[in-house]
Formats: sequence, structure tokens, C-alpha cells
Amino acid sequence: MLPGGLLLLAFMGYPFLLGIWLSLTDTRIGVPGGFVGLENFSDLLTDNIFLQTTRNTFLYALVTVPFKAVFGLGLALLLNNKIPFQKLVRSGVLLPWIVPTALSTLGWLMLYDGIFSPFSWALKNWGVISNNINFLGDANLALISVMVANIWRGIPFFAITILAGLQAVPVELHEAASIDGAGRWQRFLSVTVPVIKGVTLIATLFSIIWTFADFQLIYVLTRGGPYNSTHIFGTYAYQIGTVSAQIGMGAAIALYMFPILAFFAILLLIYLRQEVN
Amino acid sequence: MLGKANLGTRFLLVYLPLLGYLVFLLFPFYWMIITSFKRDVDIFVLEYNPFWIENFTTDNYRFLFTGTAFPEWVKNTLIVAVASTIVSLFCSVLIGYALARLRFRGSNFLGVGIFLAYLVPPTLLFLPLAQVIARYELFNTYWALIFTYPTQLIPFASWLLMGYFRTIPRELEECAMIDGASRLRAMWSIVMPLAIPGILSAGIFSFTLSWNEFLYALIFMSSGTMKTIPVGTVSDLIRSDVFQWGALMASAVLGSIPVAFIYSFFVDQYVSGLTAGAVKG
Repeated sequence: MLPGGLLLLAFMGYPFLLGIWLSLTDTRIGVPGGFVGLENFSDLLTDNIFLQTTRNTFLYALVTVPFKAVFGLGLALLLNNKIPFQKLVRSGVLLPWIVPTALSTLGWLMLYDGIFSPFSWALKNWGVISNNINFLGDANLALISVMVANIWRGIPFFAITILAGLQAVPVELHEAASIDGAGRWQRFLSVTVPVIKGVTLIATLFSIIWTFADFQLIYVLTRGGPYNSTHIFGTYAYQIGTVSAQIGMGAAIALYMFPILAFFAILLLIYLRQEVN
Repeated sequence: MLGKANLGTRFLLVYLPLLGYLVFLLFPFYWMIITSFKRDVDIFVLEYNPFWIENFTTDNYRFLFTGTAFPEWVKNTLIVAVASTIVSLFCSVLIGYALARLRFRGSNFLGVGIFLAYLVPPTLLFLPLAQVIARYELFNTYWALIFTYPTQLIPFASWLLMGYFRTIPRELEECAMIDGASRLRAMWSIVMPLAIPGILSAGIFSFTLSWNEFLYALIFMSSGTMKTIPVGTVSDLIRSDVFQWGALMASAVLGSIPVAFIYSFFVDQYVSGLTAGAVKG
């Protein structure tokens, strides 16, 4: 136990406490700071970019997660059928989730490019639009564009988790329900839903936590721009804490995530304990 | 679910939607692969159909190996991922076994702590962690990542292994211990061989997560030759004025292949690992 415990304490527990301390100081890179109390936290509440960041983060998480869950559920139901090339298809649809996000996001960076986007090319070819779409350069469109990429990456996680739950449904249950005269839809509601309700909820809570604390997808696509329209907590904390060298302020931004994450983590914990008992 | 439906219904209800999913989920990869085999000059010819390769070339891949630090990135990523995996597995086997078998004061509390640690995202910790790394003068050394990655890996791996250890009957060890084996020996020679599928899953999980990690590597390994593949590709192949799309995509493809390859073999274990550890909890 000891080696793992020590690593977790030294590189997770201690940094967490250090982060709380830093957020109460005006530390900058290379300049040890003094204690300033809650000034960073109160300054942020009047910082328009931070307020925009908060709004973006909530939108980013609360819009993408339902899409990921619904499309993931749909995919899981499809994959639960006997299909040709079963294993190949399963590992294929898993790809967006398992390859390095920073690298697959580079693919999206080009798909969204103002000049080279194949979407723009196709739409122009069909005469739907006359000018290229500025997916990432338009402040109104950019957040939607990064959300689509996020949904793309997250669908396989839901699909594979729910599929694992579906495979735990005994075939006999379906057969028994059919003998009792239940139709396909009724069987779905009375046999499948109760079994996958648990895993779907767990996957949803995990996804909310991860999406709230996301970083790399937005860092690669927009770095939070244009005009801060896609900044979320992670990218804004990076911007302030490293690029602008205000470590104390950056730590405060990151800590604003904490109550939200803690809320969902506790929810998840309570639910898991109920499942076990 | 649709066992007896006729082919027409099956096509409409299964194959067609599945095809839609496949196109959406795989198109970005198709795009990355074809772009990596295009000549950079062809990418700029907007009359060419971008969905196809006009003049096939492997120049981008050659450039990656001769004109960039890509070989260094591969070496760094490999060293860090292998070392982090070994460290994490060693720690997780011990924690997972203790949580599954030993009853001690606070074991329940520890289980909850490990679970919560799994939910701590890198974005919450990276700024103070950078200070810790700086204090121990670990910047731009492999240790910066080998010490920090396991904090992200141990919690899930321990959880998963705990699930596996619990499926192994306690009586097996008790027999061995009655025959005079110590607990450590019973664990090593009786439990470990049976837990190999679980250890394999935890190992795959740890390796791919280390291979894919971005934020810690971006901050702790910022010097040219010490970068990992994701960080090197994003920061060195994107210059502010010119995008070398071909080389970028070639690097992204090569950096993705190892994990794609591993998962295509272990997709079933991955699914069963999810149910054994995380989901059934």
C-alpha cells in the first residue's frame, strides 16, 4: 500500500493543499507572493472574461453530455445486435475515445480550417454556401464547433459502457417477456431500461466531471479564442497561470471548479454505494 | 434483439444507422490519413477534390523522421509510458489486494479516497504541481511525468484490480497459508496468476493513458527534445504562420496507431474490465 499511497500524497494531496495556498497569494512565475486573502476569488467575480468562461464551461458540459449519452445509448443498442465484422466495428467506433485527443483534435482543426475545410468545400460544391464557413474564427460559431468535436470524442465511452451493461441482460429475460406477449418497445422499457439505467447514470456523471475539467480539445482548436468565446476553466487557468504568469490567480480559477466537481463526485459516490447494497 | 426480423427491417433499423455512426466517428481518421499522404502543394490547390489523394506521396512521413524531432518524441513517450505503467501496476496490485482482502481500520475510508482520487482532473492540480516539480528540479526530466502520471492511473487500476481480486475465492489462499505459505507468498503464487487478465487490463489502461496524456507533458516537458508525441506535434509542427498539414497529420496518425492497435486486440477485455471494476464497483 505504502508506495502508491506516498505517490498519491506527494503528487496529488500535497499539490491540492498547495493550490489552495497559492490561490490566496499573489504569486507570479519567479516572484514569491504574499498572502492576499480571498482577493483573487473576489477579483474574478468582476472579471468579464472569467464570467464568460464560467458560462462557456456550463454550456460546454451541459449541452454536450446529453448528446453524448443519447447517441452513445443508440450506438450501444446497435452494437448489441449480431453484425458482421463485430470485433472490427467495435474497435473502430472506439477509436475517437482511445486515440490521443490532442492528435485527433488536429484532424478536427483541419476539418474546421477557414480555407481547407472539406465541409466548406462540399457545401460550396453543392451550391449551398458561397463563402467558406469560419468554424473556429467566428465567436458565435466557435463554441458550437468545439462542442461537436467533444461529442464526437465522447460517444464511444457511453456506447462501450452501456454495451457492457446490455451484455449483462440475460437473454432469458427477453424470451420470457416475448412469451408473455411483450412487443419490442415494451421489452426495451421493461427489461433493458432497468438494467442499463445504472451504468448510464454512472457514465453520465463521469462524463460531466471530465467535460467540466476538459483542456486539450479546446487548447488545440482555439486556445480559448476568438475573443475568449471558447475559454473554459481549464484553458483560462492555463492562460492566466502560465502564459500571463499569475500563478495565484490561475490557481483560484482552477479552484472555482472544485465545488462543482465535488458535487458530482459525491453524487456518483452515493449512487455507487446504493448500487452495491 | 432483432434476431428474427427480416432483412429489410434489419437494414433500416440496424445497418443504416450503424453506417451513419461509422461515417461520423471514422471520417476524421480517414481525413487525417489521406492528408498525410498528400503533397503539401496539392493541399493548397483548391480545385482538387479534397476527399481524395491527387498525387500519393510518403514525403510527409520521411520529413517527420529526418526533419523533425519526431524520433525523440517517440522515445520519450515510450519511456514515460512504460515506466509509469510499471510504477502504477506495482502500486495498484498492492492497493487493490489490500482493499479486496485485508480488513483494517479505515479500509473503507481508503476505498472512498482512492475512488475520489480517480475523479481529480489534471486541470485542478497542474499549477501547484508545476511548483512542486520546480522545487525538486524535475522540469524536463522523465521523472516529472513518471511521478505524476501514476496519480492519474493508480486510482482506476486499483479499483479494477480490487474487482478482480474479489472474484478469486479466498479459500485458495487460506489453503496455501495453512500449508505454511506466508501471505505475501500466497498472494504471489496463488492470486497473481489468476489475476493476470485484470493486471493486463490495468496495464493497457495505464499505458494508453500515459501515451495520450497532454497537459502535464505540455507544462513539465517543454524543452525541444524532451517532448512527448502529442505535445511535440501540437507545439512544434504548428508554426504561427505556416501549417505543415501533411506532416501534422502524419505525426497524428503515427502517434495514434499504437493505442489503436492495442485496443483492437483487447476491446473485449476492456469492456469486461469496465464491468468488473468500475461499474460494478
